[in-house]
Amino acid sequence: MSEDLKKTIIDYVKKEYLEEDTQDDINESTPLISSGIVDSFSMVSLKTFLEKKFNIKIPDDKATPEAFDTVNNIINLLKDFKVA
Amino acid sequence: MGGITQPLFSAFGEEALFTRLEDAGTKAILTTKKHAAKVRRIKDRLPALERVIVVDGNEQNVKPGEIAFNMEKSDRLDRFKIEPCGPETPSVLHYTSGTTGKPKGAMHVHSAIIAQYLTAKWVLDITPDDIYWCTADPGWVTGTSYGIIGPWSNGVAQAVLDSGFNTEKWYQFIAQHKITVWYSAPTAIRLLMKDSTAAAKKHKLDSLRHLISVGEPLNAEAVIWSEQAFGKPFHDSYWQTETGAIVITNFPGMKIKPGSMGKPFPGITATVVDLKTFEPLSKRGTVGLIALKPGWPSMFRAYWANKEMYESKFNKDWYICGDRASIDADGYFWFVGRDDDVINTAGHLVGPFEIESALLEHEAVAESAAIGKPDPVNMEVVKAFVALKPGHEPSGDLELNIMNFIRKKLSPLAMPQEIEFVDSLPKTRSGKIMRRLLRAKEWGEEIGDVSTLEND
Repeated sequence: MSEDLKKTIIDYVKKEYLEEDTQDDINESTPLISSGIVDSFSMVSLKTFLEKKFNIKIPDDKATPEAFDTVNNIINLLKDFKVA
Repeated sequence: MGGITQPLFSAFGEEALFTRLEDAGTKAILTTKKHAAKVRRIKDRLPALERVIVVDGNEQNVKPGEIAFNMEKSDRLDRFKIEPCGPETPSVLHYTSGTTGKPKGAMHVHSAIIAQYLTAKWVLDITPDDIYWCTADPGWVTGTSYGIIGPWSNGVAQAVLDSGFNTEKWYQFIAQHKITVWYSAPTAIRLLMKDSTAAAKKHKLDSLRHLISVGEPLNAEAVIWSEQAFGKPFHDSYWQTETGAIVITNFPGMKIKPGSMGKPFPGITATVVDLKTFEPLSKRGTVGLIALKPGWPSMFRAYWANKEMYESKFNKDWYICGDRASIDADGYFWFVGRDDDVINTAGHLVGPFEIESALLEHEAVAESAAIGKPDPVNMEVVKAFVALKPGHEPSGDLELNIMNFIRKKLSPLAMPQEIEFVDSLPKTRSGKIMRRLLRAKEWGEEIGDVSTLEND
């Protein structure tokens, strides 16, 4: 489950936030927010994706830049919602 | 070289880039590998664009017609022929958003450096002994006026952090480089506030000597909090892309009234004028439009190829800033709000027209309106109201799809943080969408005169 989840999130980040012909690659521990791959405004679209995909509602106080900074952090966050 | 510099925000999507490059007739663009793909997708639509230079590129990863320029490996020049220029020679072209139409290019001239030098010296209080950090992105006017020209002309050492916002990282950066003067923005300060005073106290931040803020009004709570967290208050400063440099501000040593933007900079004649007659308001505390007497060195000299719009910004010998404020008995200015529909999100102005035009290009969107909705951190964020074409139904997936569509086309700042699907939008009898009505509802304000409303 965790591997599937990891792949789902990584695939989404690659598709939506990385340029197609970029040579950059990401893994579960790549900083996303603090590196600027996903800026704080775009974080809302990542949060919306997770909410729609897993049918959950992430409260604003949990949707912090730190909680979204890596795919591992996101998976930890999703544990609170019994997704991960 | 005699060219005009046009700074661009690296997170701009291809349509936002195209609009600005096409309007300016830009001849050459310097970019990096990371952003070159966006330029490639619009290059064929830009006949004036002669050169694309990829500064971190090499022969293998640039496309035919592009120039790979590796700064580290290139020869240094001993001499460089400088193109003669005078005080009124155009220097920088910054695009800024308005309520209607496309973004406009505010053109500045070389003599603007006089204002940028003096304000950096007297307001930011930078000296050759300081280590200065301006957190603004160089794609916006603060990043140019006070991230480059102001500090360079004052000969101050600067620290630059190329990363997104992160409380720990920011405090570590201040401690590591012993930052003394810090110029930041209310959104960042409010994010730091969210992470509590204790987070600041964990780091050795006693190098900080002077703190200044810009981009949107700095709320009183943030001023008071910064005194607790850093032992000194953030000083609010006010200016715009069009003013080129700080025009109203809290100076070092001046008594700060938390929540006030301060007083005019020496040489700047500023007042508030009546909303209708544009006459200065003599009664203190009355809300009017902030107005400046033209003639300061960093005032914009034109909107690129848009004389009519430029002239519309002046009335009765005043430059009208487009912001509402009042002046108290001590001469301090107090910001009230924008006088138009422009959205100020995290200190960046976003034009509703640009967002609405892009929304209409989405296959499911029949009509749309974009407004700013209140946000505790960013002051405002974009909210879009969307009526769908027949055959399309509102859904979470469609909302996400539209959000990403705007993010990639324009920029993350312009991406609606919320989309409300509606059957139709309130319009005047002449068919103009009444954003004012949608905004008033969102902010819980009086709706006002709706006599021209076509549908309920």
